[in-house]
Parts: sequence; C-alpha cells; structure tokens
Amino acid sequence: MKQRQETLQIAKWNHSWMAFVLILAGLGVLVALMAFSITRGVSDISALTAFEALFRFDPQNSHHLIVLDLRLPRVIASALVGAALAVAGAVMQGVTRNPLADSGLMGLNAGAGFALAVSFAFFPSLSYLQTILICFAGAALGAVMVMSVASLRRGGTAPMRMVLAGAAISALLTALSQGIALCFDVSQDIMFWTVGGVSAASWDQVAIMTPFILGALACAIAASRQISLMSLGEEVAKGLGANIKLINAFCSVIVVVLAGISVSVVGAVGFIGLIIPHITRFLVGVDYRLIVPVSAVLGSLLMVAADLGARTMNPPAEIPVGALIAITGVPFFLYLARNQRSSKSL
Amino acid sequence: MTREAILKYKRRLALRNLLILMGGLFLLLVSLFVSMNAGYSKLSILDTLNTVAGKGTATHELILFQYRLPRIVISILIGAGLALSGCLIQGISRNPLAEPGLLGINAGAGMMVILYALLLGITNFSSIFTLPFLALIGAAGAAISVYLLAYKKQEGISSERLILTGIAVQAGISALTTILIVNLDDMRFSIVSGWQAGQIWGANWQYVLTLLPWLCVLIPYCLYKAKSLDVLNLGDEVALALGMPVEKERRKILIVAVMLAACCVSVGGNISFVGLIAPHLARRMVGPKHQILLPVCALTGAVLVCIADTLGRMLIQPSSIPTGIMTAIIGAPYFIYLLVRR
Repeated sequence: MKQRQETLQIAKWNHSWMAFVLILAGLGVLVALMAFSITRGVSDISALTAFEALFRFDPQNSHHLIVLDLRLPRVIASALVGAALAVAGAVMQGVTRNPLADSGLMGLNAGAGFALAVSFAFFPSLSYLQTILICFAGAALGAVMVMSVASLRRGGTAPMRMVLAGAAISALLTALSQGIALCFDVSQDIMFWTVGGVSAASWDQVAIMTPFILGALACAIAASRQISLMSLGEEVAKGLGANIKLINAFCSVIVVVLAGISVSVVGAVGFIGLIIPHITRFLVGVDYRLIVPVSAVLGSLLMVAADLGARTMNPPAEIPVGALIAITGVPFFLYLARNQRSSKSL
Repeated sequence: MTREAILKYKRRLALRNLLILMGGLFLLLVSLFVSMNAGYSKLSILDTLNTVAGKGTATHELILFQYRLPRIVISILIGAGLALSGCLIQGISRNPLAEPGLLGINAGAGMMVILYALLLGITNFSSIFTLPFLALIGAAGAAISVYLLAYKKQEGISSERLILTGIAVQAGISALTTILIVNLDDMRFSIVSGWQAGQIWGANWQYVLTLLPWLCVLIPYCLYKAKSLDVLNLGDEVALALGMPVEKERRKILIVAVMLAACCVSVGGNISFVGLIAPHLARRMVGPKHQILLPVCALTGAVLVCIADTLGRMLIQPSSIPTGIMTAIIGAPYFIYLLVRR
C-alpha cells in the first residue's frame, strides 16, 4: 500500500515536472516560432529588420510597416485563438467526459457562424465588439441545440451520439447561414471576415479579443480543479462535494466565450480542440490543473505553425488555415472514433 | 382470414400503391410546370403553355428550352438517382441514417470532378462524357475507405460508426479539395465553390445526355433487384436460409448505389440529404416492399429536388440559392428528427 502510494507520488511529481518543462519549453518555442513567422511570407524580411521594427520603428520603412501592422497582430491573434480553441476543447472533454468533444464537432462553430451571418444580414452597422457578443450567443445556441437533440433520447449523451447530433445541427446551421448570406448578398463580407483566417487580423481586433481570451483562460485555469473532479464522473464529483450545476454553468460560459471569439476571428476552424487535449493528456496525465495550461501552450503552437504553413506553402496564395488543420485532424478523429464503443441500436 | 379476403386486401393494396404512384407523377408534373414559370425572366402561364405547344416567341423558346428545361430535367434526374442510391444503401446496410452524402461518396466523386475540371477544363462534349467515369473512381475510393475505416473485426460495422466515419472522411476530402483549389483564378474558383454548395452547374442538354444513359441502365437494374432487397431486409440469416448469396448480392447493390450517386453528383453538384429523406418519406407512404418502394422513392426524390431548385430560384433573383443548400435546409431537420426519434 505504502509502496503504491509512493509510486503514485512519483508519477504525480513526474507529471507536474513534465508539465512545467512543457509550458516553459513550449513558450520558448512559441516565441521563436512567432518570431520566425514574422520574417516569412510573401516578402521575406530579415530577422534583423524585424527586430529593428519592434524596437527602433521607422514609419518610412515599408518592411517595418509590414512587420508591425500586418504580421505581428496576425501572429498574436493566431496564438491567442489556438490557445482558446484548445482550452475550449479540453474543458468540454473534461466536463462532459466525452473524448470526442470539440467546439467544431459540437456545433459551437457553426452556431457562431450562423450568428455572424444573421448579424451581417440584419444588423449591418454593428461594431466589432457587438458582433463578438452576437457570436457568443450563436455559439451558445449551437451548443444548446446539440445538447438538447442528443439528450432527447435516453442515454443520448454518449460520445458518438453527441457527434452525430453535432454534425446534423452544424449541417443545418451552415446551410442556413449560406442561404442567408446569399439572400442578403453579404457572403462577400462574411468571407472577408472569416475565410481569410487570421489574415485580416488588425490591432483593433487583437485589442478587443485579448482581454476576453485571457480572462476566459484564467477562469479555466481557476476552475481546473473542479474540471478534474467532473472528469471522474458526476457521482464521484458530487460525493467529493462539488457543486455540479455551478461548475457546469461556469464551464459552459468559458467554452462559449472561447469558441465564439475564435470563430469571430478565424472562422470555423475545427479539430484543434480535439487533437491538443488528447496529446496533452498523453503527456501530462489526467489532472486538468496541468492539462489546461499545457493545452493552451500547445494549441497556440499548432495554430501559429498552421498559419505559417498556410502562408508559405504556396505563395502568394494562402491556404485556408481551417483546411490545413482539418487534414491533420481527420485521421486523429477517425482513430478516436474507432476506439469508441458504439451504442448498440439506432 | 379467408383466401378471398387476402385477395381483396391485396387488390386494395395494389390499387392504393397505384394511386400513390399516379399522385407522385401528378405532383412531379405540377412542380415541373411551376418550375418552368419560376425564375428571373417572367413568363406568364399562358406564355409557357404556348411555348410548350410550339407557338411561342423566339425569346420565350430560348429561355424555356435552352435555359430552364435542361436544368429542371437535370434536377429531376438527379433527385431520382440520389433517392434511389440512398434507398439501396439504407436497404443493404439496414441503417436508417445511411445516405451517399453523409457517407462521403458525394465528396469523393466531387473531388475527382473538380480536379478534372480544373486541370484540363471542361471544354467539349467528349470531356463531359468522361465526367461520370471519373466521378465513379472518386466515389468508389471514398466508399471503400469509409467501409474499411468503419469496419472492426469483432463488431463488424455499427451504424453509428459508419456515419461518423463517413462524416470524417467527407470533412477530410473537402479540406483536401479546398487546399487543391487554392491558387485558382476567380472564375474557376467560383465554379468549384458552386459545385461544393450544390449549384446545378451543368444546365444544358449535353449534361442531360451524359446523365441519361447511366440512369437508363442503372434504374431498371435497381428495380430488377427489388426482390433481393426485400430478402436482405429480413436479415442475413433468413436471406442465407432462403438461398441467397448475401455478401455477393450486397456488393452488387452497393456498386449500383455508388454508381448512381457518382453519376448524379458529377453533373449535379454536391446535393445532400435527398438520399436520406426520400426513402424515409416513401417508406412512410408505401411500406417496405421494394417493388413499389423504389419507384415511389425515385419520384419523391425527383419532386424534392425539383421543388428545392425552384425555391432556390424564386427566393433570390437574378441569381439563385444553390440547390444543395436548399436540400440541406429541408433535409437537416429531418436528419435531426431521425436522431431524436425512438
């Protein structure tokens, strides 16, 4: 018994150590990758020039302008969005105990996209902040629809059923938003807003999204102990004195904010929230106090790397970031879905 | 029940089915006529009738015979083909959610068509003729990979895993397509995005001529296989006991279903959910016997796509909402209903 406790202690210590190293190294690599990403693109800029642009800015120099006004906000936005999507996925997977949970698969992205189409069609003069708030509402709508469709049948919240419900709701909301976009002739605006990915990110956007994302990330880290409890199962969590309703509500708000704001910036990018938490869990174990921060770092890394790839693989054209990530995400999803036990009948 | 009562019941059933079939045909004619009147340039009902009778003006004839009619005919043919394909797939997999769109078959076919259209360009008649063949390669590839990925040695294929795998493969294929088409000029890009949204792009008689021979062969073959489908519906054990080579028969029918979906999608664009709804509606009306189910299903699908296309053209003018989007708006709620039911 004592020995077992000791091994557990060591495993725990190992995991925290691993998480510590991962966060530090991840942040280091992230900064390096972001710096590298700034120098690459349609016009290559030397590292020295980029460095100068940051510290000895010269408004006459066009390279300095590119670095400061185009590339830097873009890189920062992708890092933030990557962290947001990964943490949203981690929180969803923990609270719902559904290994297939992801903001894209659960209808949140489609809901936010639908809200975006509605706001462009009917309230075209909204400010950026108001549009973001509408995206939150849309993400919440998508999530609620998927949850209710899945839970209308007994035993309905099984992972596979949730994903099917998510696919059905996403198909509906996507078709509706495409229809609205065409009917009201706003598809160009929406394309510009979303499909371009982070390419259109400006300092104004970054300034508005940063407090939301950082705030929600902080809340997620603060709630991570409770998320760990929830991941043990509702009964266990209840037995350990957790307030389940409160945790559920709190985590839902976090997820909706993170997913909504991400969609408002990059459009429907899926699979980050699916892949990253699984990799993280593989590396640091099942404790969400470690999973949440590590997921944030790894998510940023993936998004920045994908954005870099999207810009440099085929210049001057840009590959949509979402497609690039989907290509890596689909095999991962297939692997996970294969290992799911399916509910017997349909 | 006496023999006479059974006979009477059978006769009544046959009459009812005949009535439903006639009703379906009538509905198809009505939607065809309404569809002929719908669109940007207004034709009065009288004008349409006159033109059809061959007494219209040259402009009216041009609009009706060169622009609208081919598109309507194509939408009807695609509707019938996709509905039958869905019905066959649902029949052999005994999976109520199966549908060529959800199983990635449409996406696979589409990718080949898009690749071909972009690399070589669709220029002349012979290149249009080769479209269905290419689509078939893509569709078969997608169907095989979905089947293999969903198959597990101990459990075989569960219906939920099949659909999930299909959805995932479809997502992967469309992401791949998006990446492939990225550095295209605007015109080609709009062709491709139109295809993905289910815009009926091949709106002229050449496409009708391309599609028609395929359907002329495949649809009678479907009807010929109605008995086998009925037997398969009883379950593998019973079918085997009745002396049917189950796996062989199933494979044959699957190939026909994939061929149907591929040739329809290759000229019609990515139109989803028809193969899901139409068989369900038809089964509601005439029950599970395939001899009557298949024709009613084809009619239902034809009417559905024709109506969706007409609505799409009526809602916004002068352009139109792609038919695929309209069928998704109609079909996705039904999919949700199927998930919730029971």
